[in-house]
Amino acid sequence: MDPTVTRVLAEASVKIALFFGVVLTVIAYMTWVERRVSAWIQDRRGPNRVGPFGLLQPLADGIKFLFKEAITPPHVYRPVYLLAPALIFIPALVTFSVVPIGPTMSLFGRRIPLLIADVDNGILIILAFASMGVYGVALAGWSSNNKYSLMGGLRSSAQLISYELAMGIAIVGVLMATGSLRLTDIVTHQITNGWNALWQLPGFLIFVTAAFAETNRLPFDLPEAETELVAGYHTEYSGMRFSMFYMAEYANMITASALATTLYLGGYHVPGLAALGLPENAAAIVQVLAFCLKVAMFLFVFVWVRWTLPRFRYDQLMNLGWKGLLPIALAHVLWVSFLVLGGRA
Amino acid sequence: MDDARAQPPSMRPVPPETEDALHGDTMVVNMGPSHPSTHGVLRLVLRLDGEVVKAVQPHVGYLHRGMEKIAEGMTYNQFVPYTDRLDYLAPLSNNVAYILAVEKLLAITVPPRARVIRVICCEIARISAHLLWLGTGALDLGAATVFFHTFRERETLYNLIESLTGGRLTTSYTRVGGLSRDLPAGWADRLGEFTRAFPKVLDELDSLLSRNRIWMNRTQGVGRISASDAIAMSLTGPNLRGSGVALDLRKTEPYSGYEAYEFDVPVGREGDAYDRYLVRLEEMRQSVRILDQALGRLPDGAIAVDDPKITLPKKERVLTSMEELIEQFMLVTEGIKGPLGEVYHAIEAPKGELGFYLKSEGDKSPYRLHIRSPSFISLQAVEKMAVGGLLSDLIAVVASLDPVMGEVDR
Repeated sequence: MDPTVTRVLAEASVKIALFFGVVLTVIAYMTWVERRVSAWIQDRRGPNRVGPFGLLQPLADGIKFLFKEAITPPHVYRPVYLLAPALIFIPALVTFSVVPIGPTMSLFGRRIPLLIADVDNGILIILAFASMGVYGVALAGWSSNNKYSLMGGLRSSAQLISYELAMGIAIVGVLMATGSLRLTDIVTHQITNGWNALWQLPGFLIFVTAAFAETNRLPFDLPEAETELVAGYHTEYSGMRFSMFYMAEYANMITASALATTLYLGGYHVPGLAALGLPENAAAIVQVLAFCLKVAMFLFVFVWVRWTLPRFRYDQLMNLGWKGLLPIALAHVLWVSFLVLGGRA
Repeated sequence: MDDARAQPPSMRPVPPETEDALHGDTMVVNMGPSHPSTHGVLRLVLRLDGEVVKAVQPHVGYLHRGMEKIAEGMTYNQFVPYTDRLDYLAPLSNNVAYILAVEKLLAITVPPRARVIRVICCEIARISAHLLWLGTGALDLGAATVFFHTFRERETLYNLIESLTGGRLTTSYTRVGGLSRDLPAGWADRLGEFTRAFPKVLDELDSLLSRNRIWMNRTQGVGRISASDAIAMSLTGPNLRGSGVALDLRKTEPYSGYEAYEFDVPVGREGDAYDRYLVRLEEMRQSVRILDQALGRLPDGAIAVDDPKITLPKKERVLTSMEELIEQFMLVTEGIKGPLGEVYHAIEAPKGELGFYLKSEGDKSPYRLHIRSPSFISLQAVEKMAVGGLLSDLIAVVASLDPVMGEVDR
């Protein structure tokens, strides 16, 4: 094999292993963070028995899920029932591969961009995979052959479609400003022209709201709505298959946070870092940390909101999506296009 | 699943389906008796058209223990522990309600200290029951945090109840002619601390929900019932007052000296879930007012009548004096003999009018005991309130009616 191809493949494999290793660990620890933060909000202690500060709790939970019997009820449609958890989990992870977490680093005499796939249609890939997630939910609800699950699946398809639309249109504002679908271009554009959130605030807010809906988190957790639909689309799942749904929710949160950071908060950009004159690799590490910090901030907001707000009703959710967010998103795009024509960006 | 099989044959026929090509088939969903938001073992059989509720049928009886029949074989005091298990969120006020009926039958007046302590008990029960309603109601609509905040406050109340009665849930505190024991030392001060701190917590809960846009959307205009309908269904308590009828037995038929306390009866205007929420929130504030007044006027003295036919004599006297020994023996072996006659007495329990009907034929046990429980009657309104709304509204309706199954199925 051509040595260049081998090198490229090796580099990509290492990055994939590293990225997804980190993301999966963060998913596990998000369950811990969620429980500790919710406990803090609710005046409780949260898990604090397994390891220092309960830090080994995710490990214990993981082991528990692995050893639990994964019951397949007799009334389900097996092929789809078994496929659905993977269908929801994989798209959530894959989206992360186009997000740049830092600038280029120099390692072993090679220039290594800190992202897995620097594709020129990054945003389209993100939107495509985000739409894939709904199949997992809808199919899980349908194949479970349970009325509550079916309703959860139906709610979810309606919800995701309406909010994806608003989200996609909000992103158009960013695209127009940058003139590129490539996420690295969007970040570099923000480094030279200021963060998008500063002058595209409506778009940013719509994106974050839609992200809550996309991740099925309160106040948009209608597809599972525990107190209405028992557990919605994953009522009939148990063991590791159930935990796949659970992990997918956190994977979605992390991806959504990373996207919001990249599209609106300048990605890994740290204002004023260039003035310090750090060596390239050190600056890159600082920027990666800054990226993580911004993502962590979003993740905290996700948790915070979940434990504060009640849940929307189905029709109110639809109204908000179609009569609230969508018109605002369209008006926002119009406004941004005037600004772009006027030479703002 | 086969829809026809989900309907038990005993069910009265659901309204006939209209042919509707646009909306297609309806779906029968069996919600409960085991479901996260049916508050115990309420079972609702729903016919849904998509998310719209076309028909609701509440099924009760999963917690039936035959209490009214059991009472016919017990002495009057022996039945007190059974009343704990009626509305198990407010056992203290059930104890008081039952014992007041018995005392009405026996025509006894209890000493002033016992009367004030009973008022304190009723209001503690009201706060703790309303707190639980607020927590679970918010949880049903997705606001999980409120639940934990209310439980933190309930913990304080339960600790108070525990040191007062010896039990947290099964209080069995009242006795015919008075109370089982006096307030422990320092108890009144501890309650005073609670009444000082609690209004701030209420404001906190208020600020979390009352002006929250999602909460308002979920409860305003949901489960609306007019005053005349509410009266026709004999709703009582906050469910009736939410529709604007200021009926409160503490005002209209005062017992235990409620006429001497100053408090307001909050009423709603729309009769929707939001109004019932506001009414209960305000009732907790009024209960704090009553508690403060009661603590301020707590008299010294006996906590039970001094009548050997009704209350047990002092233990040291029983061991030294013949007369008291005989009195104790008679009371324990034969119980209190009720006079011929029948009475009905009701109090304003947290959920509404909790009444006990007693018929006595001169025996140690009632010939017949009937419990008029507010939750049982509230459940009638579910159908009227929920049909035509969405599935999510049904959850809000059931939560806002605040049924407790222990009291629905006696």
